[in-house]
Amino acid sequence: MTSTDTSSPAPSAAPSQRKLSTAKAMVEAVAAEMARDPNVFVMGEDIGAYGGIFSSTTGLLDTFGPERVMDTPISETAFIGAAVGAAVEGLRPVVELMFVDFFGVCMDQIYNHMAKIHFESGGNVTVPMVLTTAVGGGYSDGAQHSQCLWGTFAHLPGMKVVVPSNPHDAKGLMTAAIRDDNPVVYMFHKGLLGLPWMARNPRAVGPVPEEDYEVPIGRADIVRPGRDVSVVTLSLSVHHALDVADELSGHGVECEVVDLRALVPLDTDTILESVGRTGRLLVVDEDYLSFGLSGEVIARVVERDPGLLHAPARRVAVPDVPIPYARSLEYAVLPTRSRIRDAVLELVDA
Amino acid sequence: MEPREQRDLYRMMVLIRTFEEAILREYHADKKPAFDIGAGMIPGEMHLSAGQEPVAAGVCAHLTTEDAVTATHRPHHFAIAHGIDLPRMAAEIFGRVDGLGKGRGGHMHLFDPATHFSCSGIIAEGYPPALGQALAFRRRGTDRIAVAVTGEGAANQGAFHESLNLAALWRLPVVFVVEDNDWGISVPRSASTCVPSNAERAAAYGIPGVRIEDNDVEAVHEAAGAAVARARAGEGPTLIEVHTLRLWGHFEGDAQGYRSDVDAVLGRDPLPAYETTLREAGVLDDDAVEKARHDADDRVESAIAFARQSAEPAPESALDHVFA
Repeated sequence: MTSTDTSSPAPSAAPSQRKLSTAKAMVEAVAAEMARDPNVFVMGEDIGAYGGIFSSTTGLLDTFGPERVMDTPISETAFIGAAVGAAVEGLRPVVELMFVDFFGVCMDQIYNHMAKIHFESGGNVTVPMVLTTAVGGGYSDGAQHSQCLWGTFAHLPGMKVVVPSNPHDAKGLMTAAIRDDNPVVYMFHKGLLGLPWMARNPRAVGPVPEEDYEVPIGRADIVRPGRDVSVVTLSLSVHHALDVADELSGHGVECEVVDLRALVPLDTDTILESVGRTGRLLVVDEDYLSFGLSGEVIARVVERDPGLLHAPARRVAVPDVPIPYARSLEYAVLPTRSRIRDAVLELVDA
Repeated sequence: MEPREQRDLYRMMVLIRTFEEAILREYHADKKPAFDIGAGMIPGEMHLSAGQEPVAAGVCAHLTTEDAVTATHRPHHFAIAHGIDLPRMAAEIFGRVDGLGKGRGGHMHLFDPATHFSCSGIIAEGYPPALGQALAFRRRGTDRIAVAVTGEGAANQGAFHESLNLAALWRLPVVFVVEDNDWGISVPRSASTCVPSNAERAAAYGIPGVRIEDNDVEAVHEAAGAAVARARAGEGPTLIEVHTLRLWGHFEGDAQGYRSDVDAVLGRDPLPAYETTLREAGVLDDDAVEKARHDADDRVESAIAFARQSAEPAPESALDHVFA
């Protein structure tokens, strides 16, 4: 992996080859910030003794106690709204929405309050909080527990949206998110956390520097350079794209894989530079196809210069259908390696 | 109650009413002959609080500007009673650069960090942030509290009930205030609410619930005093419902054709009623009434003048302040 970061050591260059799961890397960042800043605290469902359903808070209760690691009732409107109020008063809450799919019960506090107060106040009030949430499917959890929905959040102004794809970025983006004076939605893919009870991507465990560092919010990472096709993607799909790139490299097709790492702000410059080199664009997105990230990325390229594209841009996303339960159906709609491979080959033949 | 406190309550009610009458005048001044909600010096929806002064005056008498208040889409009375900067509030209502939100918020979105005041245009959704403010105050070891205000219609929203449970569970220093003005826009309370008093709902969360009848400012003051003291002492939240009065429409331009009580409204106006009470008690005389009105007029007209002279925000600044 290469890194475009200037502020953080790339994993390959890090003196430590210590490896962590994505979940442990997230927790390490939260713990370090809690130790550094007494205003940081954690709230959410099952984030105390359980340590987070997806191990996003393991051990924090033991270290910091119940005053700073607060299990909540199943009242997302109340506790996410409470995080907004606490942030307005200068605390820095890290609040967890267990599954992003649950946003329907509390979206008002998120998009009408968390995201708008700074603007409505003419910049006089800041809302420094992190809303963490689990995303993604692939394990037959059905239509209400498998979505990504980052496009929905990114569509609404006033919140940054970050989506790490690996342990290094998970730690660096969490550190940056907690230190940011804006609300940041931090979306972690269940299949990337390294959970022992779920099939996981082999890269869900990777090198993580022990010292603290920030991955700048809004800077994409070219995780594999290549001359033929730009595969612009994020989260778990980054790894599917890397696998396809490895495979096709043996057949003379070189994919450049761009890990966006954030939707808001979107690193348009890196996308344009990559497409400028390759002339071919594939966007891989585990969110729904229409009105979302994949269309936005293509629009940003076409708005700047349609001549950059030597072939029509392509998209591999979840077609506009709820995520099915049955494995055969779910994998028919997820952005799998085979769908990515087919799309890349069609692009280079075009 | 001390005469000094009574006079303070009266003067606050006069100040609020004077402000609302001035906004009413300015709002309609350039919307004639045909009413166009988006036209004029003050465009948009306008929810005025005339008739509800006793609630704000009675509650906020116990607060300092170190305490937080989260109010509703009808926020002016609580903003004024909590001590918000009147000229900057007026300028925000006019959508001007000197407004509290530099023209980004408007009358339903007033944010003043100096007095920890905010409001929300979404029914019941001002309750949850108040919990977090209270949590922050307690965590810092202070006895500051948060007051969360809604209308009676909001007491049927999930956010209301989630907030009462969480505040009671965590014994947060919060005072919940419900302004029952009988009407959720056009729907009477009898058609929206299954209990005669929302104060009864406090029992479901194991906290005290009090209902004040007759828009009685001194009864509000007394109940709020107990609730605020309880919150400051770390004993947890209280719910206070006040049966108040929406003297005017839900918003300006509301013809209120649905309103069965419209003829009786003027007779229930709390301001002349309280003035009479205090005159009869010898607490107010002609001079004191005249001075209260004059002082309020000075402050309000000066705030309106400040708003009028303030510039409109430059169009090229429309994208500012999305992020810090």
